[in-house]
Amino acid sequence: MALSGLDIYKLLPKTNCRKCGFPTCLAFAMQLAKKAVDLSKCPEITKEARAALESSAQPPIKLITVGVGETKLEIGNENVLFRHEEKFFHPAGIGIILEDNLSENELVSRVNQINRLHFERIGQTISVNLIAIKQTGNDKGKFINAVKKVSELTKLSLVLYSSDAESIKSSLEIVSLRKPLIYAADKNNYKELAKIAKEFTCPLAIKEDNLEKLSELSQLVSSEGADGLILDSGDKPLNKKIWDLTQIRRLALRKNYRPFGYPTIAIVRKRETYEQIIEACIYVLKYAGIVLLEGFSPQQILPLLTLRQNIYTDPQKPLQVEPKAYPIGQVSVNSPVLITTNFSLTYYTVLSELEASKVPSYLVSIDTEGMSVLTAWAAEKFTPEKISESLNKFEITGKVNHKQIVIPGYVAVMSGDLEEKSGFKVIVGPKEAAGIPSFLRNL
Amino acid sequence: MPLELLKEKCSNAIDVVEIGATASEGGSRDRVVKVGGQTGLPFLFEEMDAPNKPQVAIEIFDTEPADWPDTLKEPYGEALKNPVDWAIKCEKEFKADLLALRLSAIHPDSGNKSADEAVKLIRDVLSAVKIPLIIIGCNDEAKDNLVLPKIAEAAKGERCLIGDALQKNYKTLTAACLAYGHNIIAESPIDINIAKQLNILISEMGFAVNRIVINPTVGALGYGLEYAYSIMERARLAALGGDRILSQAFICFVGQEAWRAKEAKTTAKECPEWGNELERGILWETVTASAFLQAGADILIMRHPKAIELIKKNIEELMKR
Repeated sequence: MALSGLDIYKLLPKTNCRKCGFPTCLAFAMQLAKKAVDLSKCPEITKEARAALESSAQPPIKLITVGVGETKLEIGNENVLFRHEEKFFHPAGIGIILEDNLSENELVSRVNQINRLHFERIGQTISVNLIAIKQTGNDKGKFINAVKKVSELTKLSLVLYSSDAESIKSSLEIVSLRKPLIYAADKNNYKELAKIAKEFTCPLAIKEDNLEKLSELSQLVSSEGADGLILDSGDKPLNKKIWDLTQIRRLALRKNYRPFGYPTIAIVRKRETYEQIIEACIYVLKYAGIVLLEGFSPQQILPLLTLRQNIYTDPQKPLQVEPKAYPIGQVSVNSPVLITTNFSLTYYTVLSELEASKVPSYLVSIDTEGMSVLTAWAAEKFTPEKISESLNKFEITGKVNHKQIVIPGYVAVMSGDLEEKSGFKVIVGPKEAAGIPSFLRNL
Repeated sequence: MPLELLKEKCSNAIDVVEIGATASEGGSRDRVVKVGGQTGLPFLFEEMDAPNKPQVAIEIFDTEPADWPDTLKEPYGEALKNPVDWAIKCEKEFKADLLALRLSAIHPDSGNKSADEAVKLIRDVLSAVKIPLIIIGCNDEAKDNLVLPKIAEAAKGERCLIGDALQKNYKTLTAACLAYGHNIIAESPIDINIAKQLNILISEMGFAVNRIVINPTVGALGYGLEYAYSIMERARLAALGGDRILSQAFICFVGQEAWRAKEAKTTAKECPEWGNELERGILWETVTASAFLQAGADILIMRHPKAIELIKKNIEELMKR
């Protein structure tokens, strides 16, 4: 949370000593607020004031990185409580928990299945980010072997899920270059784990059962020098968990409360196929930076990843595709020409139906500034003029030897006008994209 | 740095709407379903109160739905062919608290059933089940304006929830709901300003604002869910901040949207990488509903009995103090 010039002024010595090069402390404060000068120019500043000013210059929620390379996960650095206020920036990491007591065959099979959990949706790849290896007993060797095995089989970022400092340390000796997340430090082991996290420069999750204790632990761990933290407020009923996650976010953003200035992690406790997805979805909606769960079947993970994609979409900037005439399949001069908007959701919905129809076609995406068919039509971004213009610009007459275009059923009303303006014969297509395959078969 | 929680107190509460009337109130329902009354954002009980829990209504049709996947048809079986049997099955077998009957077959292009047929159906359903009723037209303005007033008259005293009133077509339905004591659904196209405008128009006809339920027009998971999610959050924040004309309960047509999604309908045979279609379809509807609960939904209109069971259980857990 940025401080105003006056807020800063209150923290300065107010001696107007001019050693900073400005005539008054107030003038210096104003320049500091604009970030035009550095605080070090003030030789008289107290230690407390320096700490307060430095912390205000940091983002309210620290950006934390788990893993390395192209699969690394970055979370935190969020600015708002509600996505309409700006947007949510760093999509929550989704991770699958694997227990170390699985047989080697089962472990290998699961990791391979988890590696395949990526899907194409509206032009983006959505995928799982993490695998958490959980220590289930006292057998340190079993845990380390599982960590080693999983790390060899996947490029996903790793979570070392154990409260035993020795197990964590020994496994980090093998996988520290992968910069895994250590889960989790509590009041009993935080000194050892903070030291390990610092030594291997890995992010560290900290866990306590209530917000007061979590705040204390956060301060204790930072005073041990570990600063890449992720917060867990423990296992509790769903509404209590929503309250905790909301408080942590609120306090970080509205009060710049430093002990909560980190992203959060939530572990899904439900085991039932459907219920664990509901629980995971609630955490994704309600600010969790990382959500770990056990379920990993594609029918469970696809809805969860889709929800995350929805919620982390920029509300001010609808996803768009480049306006142009896209050839779909092995097109020829006889292929039909279909018109749609450049709103990603519309375009990809039509595209997938066109592909399913197996009828090679041209799909012309008109620049509607990312609006869907009806919205664009109502906003006069999807008009006969605009479509005619685009047909010329994309040189449709040079691509096909017929003069017919298909428009979405919802804008049937523009047919006459469009025929007149474009010189193409207009055929009214189905209202819903789902009707395209049968429509094209009967064209 | 000691911890001081940041609790927010709101100056306004969401209106309470009552659906259904018992014999003592001039109706024939066995219960009154109440929603609304919250004094804060969903489920933050440390700083707000919510006297009524969100409700799920099972959606049924006056004719067998043509576009449902097998996974959705299966739990209802033969009952799909007869709306009265279907209603009874929802009440008895699936323990519905609320029923949403959609009169799709009155549409001129798909059935064109007469107002008399629709009135008979409503009377039959009202006598076959005891739970309160939501009644939805066919989305053909002229036909709805012809049929819905007769429905409202036939269901006089039952305090149904009838919809949808639109900005360009609200007068006939508002007058009918006013005359026969029903609640009304006001539909706006993912637009907070139109929602507000429509509430003003309806209330200017003398209709009590607390008998309006807002249909913000939701999209399914993966198909624009986030637009309605944010519109609902914005409207709720405005309402809790004191905007009385946006302080109504939300109704979300979750089933209708979720079961149109390709991901809910495509079989595992057609798309093996998406996994089992039954679980996937149920989750598509469940996750859509679950998201809108977090945005403040008060009434969810749903289809698959398993998804409904899951969401009801989720609501119980979320409401537990």
